[in-house]
Amino acid sequence: MNKSRRNFLKLAGGAAAGLCFGSAGVALASEGAHRGPYVEESPKAFTAKRWAMVVDTRKLKTAEDIQPLVDACHSVHNVPDIPTKQDIKWIWSDTYEHGFPTTENNHLSEDVEHRAFALLCNHCENPPCVRVCPTQATFQRPDGIVMMDFHRCIGCRYCMAGCPFGARSFNFQDPRPFIKKENPEFPTRMRGVVEKCTFCSERLDNGQMPACVEASKGAVLFGDLTDKDSEVRKALRENFTIRRKPSLGTEPGVYYII
Amino acid sequence: MQYGGKIVIGLVIFVGLLLLPTVYDLGAGSAGYKQPKLQMPAPPNDKNCVEDTEWMRKNHMQLLNDWRDWVVRDGKTVYVNSHGEEFEISLQNTCMKCHNDKEQFCDKCHETAEVTPYCWDCHLAPKGAK
Ligand code: HEC
Ligand code: HEC
Ligand code: HEC
Repeated sequence: MNKSRRNFLKLAGGAAAGLCFGSAGVALASEGAHRGPYVEESPKAFTAKRWAMVVDTRKLKTAEDIQPLVDACHSVHNVPDIPTKQDIKWIWSDTYEHGFPTTENNHLSEDVEHRAFALLCNHCENPPCVRVCPTQATFQRPDGIVMMDFHRCIGCRYCMAGCPFGARSFNFQDPRPFIKKENPEFPTRMRGVVEKCTFCSERLDNGQMPACVEASKGAVLFGDLTDKDSEVRKALRENFTIRRKPSLGTEPGVYYII
Repeated sequence: MQYGGKIVIGLVIFVGLLLLPTVYDLGAGSAGYKQPKLQMPAPPNDKNCVEDTEWMRKNHMQLLNDWRDWVVRDGKTVYVNSHGEEFEISLQNTCMKCHNDKEQFCDKCHETAEVTPYCWDCHLAPKGAK
């Protein structure tokens, strides 16, 4: 009796161990044969720990200087041109007074007072729009880009109220009739969603620089803020720069050389 | 059982109405469903789909759902399918480059199945067939 119980236990133990190793072996073998499906980053992708932009306002001085950047951005992203207050903009030009109201000073140098500034989403390190979005349609990527997932946007416009830089636009109407020439490679948006600059995340992920950077002929630099040898860090080291409304603490990622 | 007869008749009518959709569906609905004739990709796009045809028929909506999250939320743009082949993840630049006749492919099936994906409010269909 005793002996047979012992045998039984031995056998059961052996069988259990066999099962363990056996199934592990099978699992490993099938892992080796399994090739997909899976997803990966494109090998061409540009990557960074924190993307940032430096705009040289000594080179981009007037609205005419900035217009090619606006055209480049708006045509690749199918941004409509609506001739009313309901216009949509990802990048635009404005005055020092409007762009930098918290750093306005009396008797500004005439040059700066009349200069035009290229304004766009600042891709803040502490983005208020992300905090208020109830659906996480706007969120922060690990590389610092404040991204819009247009599929999730319900058009509540909290983000527009949260953004201190006026960088977001709402589609009050179907934008398609106002798009002069559609880019067939990129979607449009629809009535009832908010949109803004995405730092060209779709281009970076495919190994292309942002459209406005390409169109600026070197007047706008783009790179990794955490890499001290990057073009942007070099420009910040060598020039006096300012950011929009720094006292709010959102830590904008767009710098302006004055 | 004063109103017995009336109650029974009422019950029969009620149950009959209740079952009508199911009975109708069994007859004409699912059993009568025939996949419409689709415009299949012409050469050189008649290579295999991103996954097997049978699997795509059943799962393309789920796949597209995953595709958009992978690109928009995770920044992953390359899909390696179950045979190890690579595809750029894009509705307009991958699916619709092969299936370039949306009306005679996607729409035809969806009309028969009475689904209206809202993707085309934003995504642009290939030119020529709108
Ligand atoms: C390389 C070209 C190519 C690409 C890219 C492609 N397909 Fe296909 N697809 C085909 C071909 C060819 C067939 C038909 C295969 C066959 O006849 O067995 C097909 C079949 C299908 C079917 C099944 C049709 C049926 O008969 O029921 C669906 C659904 C489908 N594709 C959807 C998609 C979607 C969605 C995408 C993007 C995620 C996509 N396809 C990308 C070529 C492509
Ligand atoms: C074989 C027929 C067939 C073809 C071909 C087909 N679809 Fe579908 N599709 C369906 C059916 C059926 C459903 C609904 C499934 C459900 O509701 O569970 C569907 C659902 C979808 C959905 C989800 C819709 C929603 O509201 O949830 C999307 C997106 C979609 N299809 C995209 C496409 C695209 C893009 C193509 C063309 C490249 C395509 N389909 C071709 C049959 C088809
Ligand atoms: C509100 C507008 C809108 C609607 C509606 C919409 N999309 Fe998109 N979608 C976009 C935009 C804009 C992008 C590009 C985002 C980017 O890459 O920056 C995109 C990107 C994608 C991508 C990945 C990139 C690419 O090139 O395709 C997929 C896949 C996708 N959408 C699928 C869908 C499907 C499937 C539907 C319908 C069920 C849908 N989308 C509905 C706006 C929309």
